[in-house]
Amino acid sequence: MKALLLRDLRLAFRSGGGFGLGLAFFFLLSVLVPLGVGPEGSTLARIAPGILWVGALLACLLSLDRIFALDHEDGSLDLLATAPIPLEAVVAIKALAHWIVTGLPLTLIAPGLAIFLNLPPAGYPWLVLSLLLGTPALSIIGAFGAALTVGLRRGGLLLSLLVLPLYVPTLIFGGEVVRRGAENMALATPLALLAAISLGAAALLPFAAASAIRVNLR
Amino acid sequence: MSIWEYANPKKFMQTSAWALPWAVGLTVILLVVGLIWGFFFTPDDYKQGSTVKIIYLHVPSAMMAINAWVMMLVTSLIWIIRRHHVSALAAKAAAPVGLTFTLIALVTGALWGQPMWGTWWAWDPRLTSFLILTLFYFGYIALWAAIEDPDTAADLTSILCLVGSVFALLSRYAVNFWNQGLHQGASLSLDKEENVSDVFWVPLLVCIAGFILLFVTMVLLRTRTEIRARRLKALLARERVA
Amino acid sequence: MLSLSNLAVARGGVTVLRGLTLSVVPGQALILRGPNGSGKTTLLRTLAGLQPPAEGSFDLAPDSVAYAAHADGLKSTLSVTENLSFWSQIYGGPAIDHALTALNLTQLTRRRAGELSAGQKRRLGLARLLVTGRPVWLLDEPTVSLDVASVALFADIVRAHLAKGGLAVIATHVDLGLPEAVVLDLDPYRAKVIQSTGFDEAFA
Repeated sequence: MKALLLRDLRLAFRSGGGFGLGLAFFFLLSVLVPLGVGPEGSTLARIAPGILWVGALLACLLSLDRIFALDHEDGSLDLLATAPIPLEAVVAIKALAHWIVTGLPLTLIAPGLAIFLNLPPAGYPWLVLSLLLGTPALSIIGAFGAALTVGLRRGGLLLSLLVLPLYVPTLIFGGEVVRRGAENMALATPLALLAAISLGAAALLPFAAASAIRVNLR
Repeated sequence: MSIWEYANPKKFMQTSAWALPWAVGLTVILLVVGLIWGFFFTPDDYKQGSTVKIIYLHVPSAMMAINAWVMMLVTSLIWIIRRHHVSALAAKAAAPVGLTFTLIALVTGALWGQPMWGTWWAWDPRLTSFLILTLFYFGYIALWAAIEDPDTAADLTSILCLVGSVFALLSRYAVNFWNQGLHQGASLSLDKEENVSDVFWVPLLVCIAGFILLFVTMVLLRTRTEIRARRLKALLARERVA
Repeated sequence: MLSLSNLAVARGGVTVLRGLTLSVVPGQALILRGPNGSGKTTLLRTLAGLQPPAEGSFDLAPDSVAYAAHADGLKSTLSVTENLSFWSQIYGGPAIDHALTALNLTQLTRRRAGELSAGQKRRLGLARLLVTGRPVWLLDEPTVSLDVASVALFADIVRAHLAKGGLAVIATHVDLGLPEAVVLDLDPYRAKVIQSTGFDEAFA
């Protein structure tokens, strides 16, 4: 399993593409929003939590179809499905690899981008914490969506259509944590719920995703 | 005799052919009676005026929007567990009907909300939940449409329906948490205190019964269509092989 | 030991082969022959556990199978060594040196798979079989794009595998130079278009 994780990470770093793209997208979005909304600091400060969360979510979405599609094209997925590791573990590992190359870097650059959006200082730790707890859910839910669409030729757009509704609770609680954090309000509940979604998704969705892959390989 | 016999496509076609005229007739009677009664023979509300009458469309379609999803969840489960094709096709048949009810609920809600709340749209929890439900319907229907092999499509949409149901519930909770809202409470709670008065209530019940039957009729019709389409596909495939 | 009893396999809901009853004992190779579309790949995928049989059954432990499809499952940005040791680790199989030597890949270890020729890629794909350490090989057109020398190399490794008590099922059009192998012509097993079996046939 460690071998699979290392392979996926190595592939992500070597082919560049998907990995840097998400970060660049996140950066661009954070630059474009103030240009569209106007330079007024108080407005930006109010929308910053939401924009940062939506940006992270969309950046994550960009690379989802690569989770299984590349392995499907070159036949590795067939071979992995007949390999001794359970397919559920393959899904979990691949989601983890996706998180390491997208969710984690997004979390790390988010505070830098928050400067552009004039996020109030109190919000910074909560921004990082909420992304750290919430982006794993984005990766694992995305892996489920990718598993559903793995055999399809025009899967990319459909994938977004399937995954975005599933992202709603994560987005709501994640944005809520940062907003409350920025306004110095109590945020234990949304934070706990956000962590709960990530844990629940990580515990259950690999099974759903693995059964979807088995159906798609039939 | 077991209930699962009706899951046999042939048996289903026979039974539904017999049931369909009755379902159509009852639907028409109930909807005509309920809607005419509701629109013309109930008083205006002292506060809301005649706009209140939109509840005869709004409440039943909102109920059916959710019930249709629940029905899809149940039929998806039956497909996964017992692999009855009729069940999978019924889920497929119900989705566009459910989506239509959701859209009717949203549109009638907006029409009512404009004069009452002074806005077509508000990010109220109920409205938001329905909007999110619309997204789930879109995804479900799109997945059915995208996959060619019918059994693969049935399997994958069933999985999506199960997972989607969990996330739809989570979203409902999340949205409530996110905004407390201005929508009125339930129109039909069992608690008599909160209920709308009997004058409105009886025609509303008739309308709800009419909408339920409308849903049943549409799903029966569409399931029959799906079964025939499936059979046609198999015949064509056989012809190509021959 | 692999045994099939009255096995039928389906592609896209249409049964392509039916009535397959046979057994292959360790040390034996079975060669599947048949024109394109006769169901060789479908049969191999069914045996590999990737799809359920349409009818009948077969007896084969899923953890004894190494499957090699048309596609080699190679990552073009990884080197030959990296590709091979990945599968070796996944299967917990033997070290890769032997496999590299057996398929004449020792000169190429540091090349990226994307820079290999088609035949070299294929050899790397076949080397994967040796690092799985599994007794049953299911091979789908293993010699595509191999030159004569490499086909002989391939026959050697299959023979060595059989000598160690392994067994192999190979779908192929070309002569593999394995005269001892049992050849199964799939043509008689092709599912005939059956006359209508009534309304429910579409819902198999």
